[in-house]
Amino acid sequence: MTDTLLAVLVLTGAIFTFIGSLGLARLRDFYTRLHGPTKATTLGVGCLLIASALFFSLRDDGISLHEVLVTLFLFITAPVSAHLLAKAALHLKARSLAPTPRAGDAQTTDRG
Amino acid sequence: MLATVIPIAYALVTLAFALSFWRLIKGPDAPDRILALDTLYVNTIALLVLLGIHLGSAIYFEAALLIAMMGFVGTVALCKYLLRGDIIE
Repeated sequence: MTDTLLAVLVLTGAIFTFIGSLGLARLRDFYTRLHGPTKATTLGVGCLLIASALFFSLRDDGISLHEVLVTLFLFITAPVSAHLLAKAALHLKARSLAPTPRAGDAQTTDRG
Repeated sequence: MLATVIPIAYALVTLAFALSFWRLIKGPDAPDRILALDTLYVNTIALLVLLGIHLGSAIYFEAALLIAMMGFVGTVALCKYLLRGDIIE
């Protein structure tokens, strides 16, 4: 039972890590590419770390807490680095596929 | 079951490495390359955790923790350099 649970967690983690990098390689502009690694890869590594924590907690006596540290650190730092990367890209005026807003658009968003 | 899944997971994470590396080489802008480096270090953590499960050794977590911290500092430093032209003002 725990073996199956561990296998499912490891496979889910690996698949999400792969999907994150696939998004990084295949999406078409920087702002969409930012989604893959910062969300999918973080979730994938989170799943792998949960699997690892379960594995070592079941194998040895006592709860294994090393993984929680790594998970906490990754989950805190991923949004911060994504925010800084987006700011850097905006500063350098990276090419974006989003359409340029028309002249009247700002007023309708102000009212709504 | 875990023994059959771990090689598949190795293959998937290695493919993820290859895709991130491709983006690192291809570019086209500096933020893309920094993002690729960021993804590479997160993939490294995934690979180290997998190795830890496979070999049953808890030593790899210290390495993973170090890579997580150093990778974050590196990403922040590179972004700061792009934003301000300087790292420590």
